[in-house]
Amino acid sequence: MRADESRGEALRSLRVAAWLGWQIESNWADPFVFAIYSLVKPLAGALILVFMYAVIAKGGLQSPLFPGVFVGNALFIYVPAVLAGISWTIIDDREHYGMLKYVYTAPVNMLTYLVGRGVAKTMVATIAVVMMLLLGTLGLGVPIRLGDIDWPLVLGSLVLGSAMLAFFGILLGGVTLVTARHNYGVGEAVAGGLYLLCGVVFPLDTLPTWLSSIGRAIPITYWIEAWRRALLGQRTALFSGLSDGALVGIIAGSTAVLAVLAVLVFRLAERRARAKGLLDMQTMY
Amino acid sequence: MRSRSAWTVFWRTVLGRAYPRIIGAQREKSWVFFEIFLPLLQVTAYVYIYRAIEAPPEFIGFVVLGGAMSAYWLNVLWSMASQLYWEKETGNLELYIVAPTSRMAILLGMALGGMFATTLRAIAVITIGMLLFHVSMTVQNVPVLLGVFVTTLVALYGLGMLLSSLFLLFGREAWHLSNLLQEPVSLVSGFYFPVRALGQVVAAAASILPITLGLDAMRQLLFPAMLGDLRFLSPEVELGILAGLAVLFLILARRALGYFEALARREGRLSIRGQ
Repeated sequence: MRADESRGEALRSLRVAAWLGWQIESNWADPFVFAIYSLVKPLAGALILVFMYAVIAKGGLQSPLFPGVFVGNALFIYVPAVLAGISWTIIDDREHYGMLKYVYTAPVNMLTYLVGRGVAKTMVATIAVVMMLLLGTLGLGVPIRLGDIDWPLVLGSLVLGSAMLAFFGILLGGVTLVTARHNYGVGEAVAGGLYLLCGVVFPLDTLPTWLSSIGRAIPITYWIEAWRRALLGQRTALFSGLSDGALVGIIAGSTAVLAVLAVLVFRLAERRARAKGLLDMQTMY
Repeated sequence: MRSRSAWTVFWRTVLGRAYPRIIGAQREKSWVFFEIFLPLLQVTAYVYIYRAIEAPPEFIGFVVLGGAMSAYWLNVLWSMASQLYWEKETGNLELYIVAPTSRMAILLGMALGGMFATTLRAIAVITIGMLLFHVSMTVQNVPVLLGVFVTTLVALYGLGMLLSSLFLLFGREAWHLSNLLQEPVSLVSGFYFPVRALGQVVAAAASILPITLGLDAMRQLLFPAMLGDLRFLSPEVELGILAGLAVLFLILARRALGYFEALARREGRLSIRGQ
């Protein structure tokens, strides 16, 4: 009975937080303006890459590197959306709306509440990813063919990737609970680092060895590789010896480790925040 | 006597508003770290793209310079344009309005303080970027280069003062608008590639943003051999246009501040929070 109640509370928290997140994300503008807002940012980011390749790369957009880079960049839209979406919730609720302490006094499962708040950004990110892939395929010659897509790998990447990013977000949410508000936020800073280290927009072996070794230890690198294989059938030279099964195994295993670590760090941070009176901290100076 | 007193109040307000940006912002060490580290991450990612596609080394310099100048654009967006929204949220805006001083002095103080603090960060980004990626620059015409840099900043912060007045009416839209103006402006202003690559028409339209012309002129002056074929306009012409934009934006900012403040008073938007 208690397990049922607990599961019910977790699901209710997820649902209500997702609805709340969606309202906060979208109700400042009419749907048309919001749709444009959601697409312009990722579109501009992708076009920066397009122009860099068009101006400089030998063969321009026909460069063999371009499709993998374009797909990596498009899928990476999920990373800042989920990481920043979940960790920024702490800042937003604690310092902007002053609601975090009330959320803690309500019968809410905090972990699923945070994931729920990230759902809205993930939904918006999904639309942006699909639009980017369509632009790449129809407008820029990125060779994604529906018949050639490895759908089981797409599904695996989507499910495992969502879980991995959600746990990453919870981990950062824990860090945010015990730190001051920063101009950018921990989520964006970490996403910036991951953009560099995970071989999103260039082959990982372009980096110095010590940096590419760090990149190879981050599960998101393998997740991006899985998407490239699923959509383009393209293997990055660095991971050519890795089978699809091994790739999925690495993503699943690292997600499990991340899950344990994220919950542990979040609970520790939560305990510290309560002990130090940080749940209603104001650092908007 | 009256006039002298008004000037004293004006300049004291400028100094008072600049103080937290020049001194206060340096006290929060994590902000200094984030403001240097984050642009550097972006710069590093773009540098490695150019390395992966075997671009000429000057393009690495373009990226480092673009990354440093992007710090100014981010400062204008988040610490000028959106500032009055933050002040509204934290309850300071009412105090600004009732204070016996000029609102233009407050905006000017914000701009000067922001310019100074961001210059420290931009210098750090350029220095670290040059050392990390072995960028070499050739300064051929120091007076024009300095003129372009200073005029770009005056025009850019003039635009920031204008946006700040416009954003006075906004609630959460201010945050979203600033967010929206990051990547698209990086694209059309050519932060990471020469703006000429976008074509003359787009480059001309993007020239309404002072940083577009400023970056193009500075790149021509620092990398003269490389940008020869990819230049948009000559640095002297760009300097002239930048001077015009600086004057235009400062005049418009002054007018807009009066207009939008009156409008916000009438519509009761000056003290709405949590919008």
